Amino acid sequence: MSVIGPIVAVVILGLVVWFVSQPLRSRVAAQDDLRDDGRVADLRAARDAKYRQIRDLEMDYRTGKLSEDEWRSIDRELRGEAVEVLHRLDQLVPPQQGAPIAPALPEPPSAPPANDPR
Amino acid sequence: MATVGQACLIFALGFSIYGVAASVVGARTRRESLVRSGRRALYALFALSLTAFLITEFAFFTSDFHFTVVATHSSTTTPWYYRLAAMWSSQQGSLMLWLTLLAGWSSLCVVMLRGRLRDVAPYAVAVLLGFGAFFTAVMLFSASPFTVVAVAPVEGVGLNPLLRHPSMMIHPIMLYSGYTLLTIPFAFAVGALIVRRVDAEWLRATRVYALGAWLALGVGIILGARWSYAELGWGGYWAWDPVENASLLPWLTGTAFLHSVKIQERRGMMKVWNASLVLATGTLAILGTFLVRSGVLDSIHAFVQEGSGVAWFFTALIVVMIAGSVYLVITRRDNALKSESRLDSLLSRESAFLGNNLVLVAIAFVVLWGTFFPLISEALTGQKEAVGPPWFDQYTVPLVLILVLLSGIGPVIAWRRTSWSRLWRSMRAPAILALVVAIGCIIWDPANGDVSAMIMFVVGAFAIGISLQELWRGTRARQLMTGEGPFAAFRLLLARNRARYGGFIVHIGVAVLFIGLAASSSFQSVRDVRLGVGEQTTLAGYSFTYVKPVAKIETQAGRLERITLGSQVRVTKDGKFVANLEPNRGYYPAVGSMLGAVSTYFAGESTSEIGLQAGIAEDLWIAETPDISSLMPVVRRGDAVFEKASSQGLEPKARAVFLAAALNGLTTQYRENPPPAQFRVLVSPMVFWIWIGSLIVVIGAMVAAWPAVGAVRDLVRARQAARVAQELGRA
Repeated sequence: MSVIGPIVAVVILGLVVWFVSQPLRSRVAAQDDLRDDGRVADLRAARDAKYRQIRDLEMDYRTGKLSEDEWRSIDRELRGEAVEVLHRLDQLVPPQQGAPIAPALPEPPSAPPANDPR
Repeated sequence: MATVGQACLIFALGFSIYGVAASVVGARTRRESLVRSGRRALYALFALSLTAFLITEFAFFTSDFHFTVVATHSSTTTPWYYRLAAMWSSQQGSLMLWLTLLAGWSSLCVVMLRGRLRDVAPYAVAVLLGFGAFFTAVMLFSASPFTVVAVAPVEGVGLNPLLRHPSMMIHPIMLYSGYTLLTIPFAFAVGALIVRRVDAEWLRATRVYALGAWLALGVGIILGARWSYAELGWGGYWAWDPVENASLLPWLTGTAFLHSVKIQERRGMMKVWNASLVLATGTLAILGTFLVRSGVLDSIHAFVQEGSGVAWFFTALIVVMIAGSVYLVITRRDNALKSESRLDSLLSRESAFLGNNLVLVAIAFVVLWGTFFPLISEALTGQKEAVGPPWFDQYTVPLVLILVLLSGIGPVIAWRRTSWSRLWRSMRAPAILALVVAIGCIIWDPANGDVSAMIMFVVGAFAIGISLQELWRGTRARQLMTGEGPFAAFRLLLARNRARYGGFIVHIGVAVLFIGLAASSSFQSVRDVRLGVGEQTTLAGYSFTYVKPVAKIETQAGRLERITLGSQVRVTKDGKFVANLEPNRGYYPAVGSMLGAVSTYFAGESTSEIGLQAGIAEDLWIAETPDISSLMPVVRRGDAVFEKASSQGLEPKARAVFLAAALNGLTTQYRENPPPAQFRVLVSPMVFWIWIGSLIVVIGAMVAAWPAVGAVRDLVRARQAARVAQELGRA
């Protein structure tokens, strides 16, 4: 029976044990702390989702699914919710110079869009 | 090699179990080092399973018949590309593929998370490693690909001839990718429910993998349908077979989830429904694997006879998944899964999505009931009775009609509420198009009185009209806003609103696909006929003439792979030449047979190769079953000669030369005195559109799944942030 197979198996085992146990041996282990930044990530995702909704709403208006009044009313509501999300986000992570920039929010509806496709 | 492969599986099981424990304990005690170690166990699972996978593939590629799985599922006469694919025709190899894909997709998912969902991820990793441990254990205790014999047989049994089709090299990988990708949303749903965080971040992470799984599963299903159409010799592409249904079930619930998740994202509603859907979809993915691999239900796609050993493993896993899912949803329904708002109006996109969900789930229920009816009937009456395609059609056809109609109405209704007058204005043009199609159907009656097919044409035209109108309106609106040219506006419209407009493209594809299905099944002309050389039959205005027989011996690596008997059939219409079709049947030798030297070549598997002329309007399809009974006296004489020669001590080399001469004589005899052959001839309109519709669906899904510009930028920023952190750590 060949001994190469068992030797290769032992080498693989050694490598995997070394790889998997590395976090337990490293200096990071001393700083054992599973920081819960889930709230921030959630708020960022909620912010992005809110922006998408505002853009989609505008597209619904421009493609004739909403009247201008409906668009303004819902847009105002969504922007209020977005501001609320940003406010909560800023409380957790104060905005810093050079921080990752959020996707740009479209301009609020102030006047009926020019060249309304309807 | 087998020792190393087996060791890899044992290590994979050990590290999977360790990873489950490390992740759960790490998450509960908030020890990041344990969580990271658990995550590394997932990467280790991938490395180990990939190593074991490559060892198995190498054994198949080199025809190492010491491996039992290779000897029983491949041969030296199997072409090298089919030898590689032969691995997943076996129970052992397909489980190996499942494990490797699971570990690979899961590792990719965890890498792509880049620190997001930090509280959910450890539990998700534990669930994924749990699946890994399960599949590793099934292989180790019931179906190891590394079982070897001391003395290798000279030749293997060979790959089942039915599986020697190009789509079979990709179809299982896509199907299993779909199944394994579906376990990721399942795992993250379990994690999110455990930590009670079913929020926007969870939705974003889940949706991407659900969409990827949906796409992979859809491609797998279509490739399977294409294989059935080209290879099984009956002319159909969908037979409501249990294995086909098994792949359709998670696809249906996955489709429902991809729609209803939008409602949760926008309105914070339907959280219980979404969590239940994603958990059910994950469970159905495992159920699908179970049906393919266990052999508990009779299927034309079940190429596994040794499956009963794994049935109990899978049953236990499915019971645990269902029980755990029900527990998590029930215990979280009043807090994490509590709805944040209510339905404002019945005339809203939320309502349309809800309707679409109910229809999809109803179809899934019908398919589930019909698929498991043999087991249900056996449990209740003691007799296994199956329901056939008419039963499925009876319930699914009306539901699909409603679904296609809703896919048209949904996109033109605004979120929250809309008015009837505005809805009518939005769908006026597509409704007129549908009306024109309806009038055309009534006047020309192309569906030969098949009302459901006519309704499908009408609602399909409506859905296509709506989606095209939305794409046009969006492009036009963008042009007016930005002054871009039409092509630039269209491209940027898709780029900036991928999910929305990718979804519209998918809707167009689905409608085209269903129109193709309705047309090909309603207008199909079929004839079974026995023809001699020079004789002809007519069908749907075409004449099919049996011009001449075809008979040849095909070899691979210097050995006989198969004997092919077929014909050349000339197709004409109104006296004009249309096509030459060459259907044939391949006869593969039975390995290890006790039959005579010549007759063994007609005792193994045989497979039909169709003659096909595919076109935009219709497909001309022909399959042949040669009458080999007239050859059998010659075959028996050949057997007798070889038996006599063997008893006189014929050398193996001389025997091979004589055998080749005998088989050549046999094919010459078939060419010179061809007996009448049995033909199945089909003229199927618009089958081509099924494949075109599928392609459109794939394109649409890829548009929807492609990372948005912002996501790519975030990813780049995350990479940069990780690099800064790493470099600061080194300093």
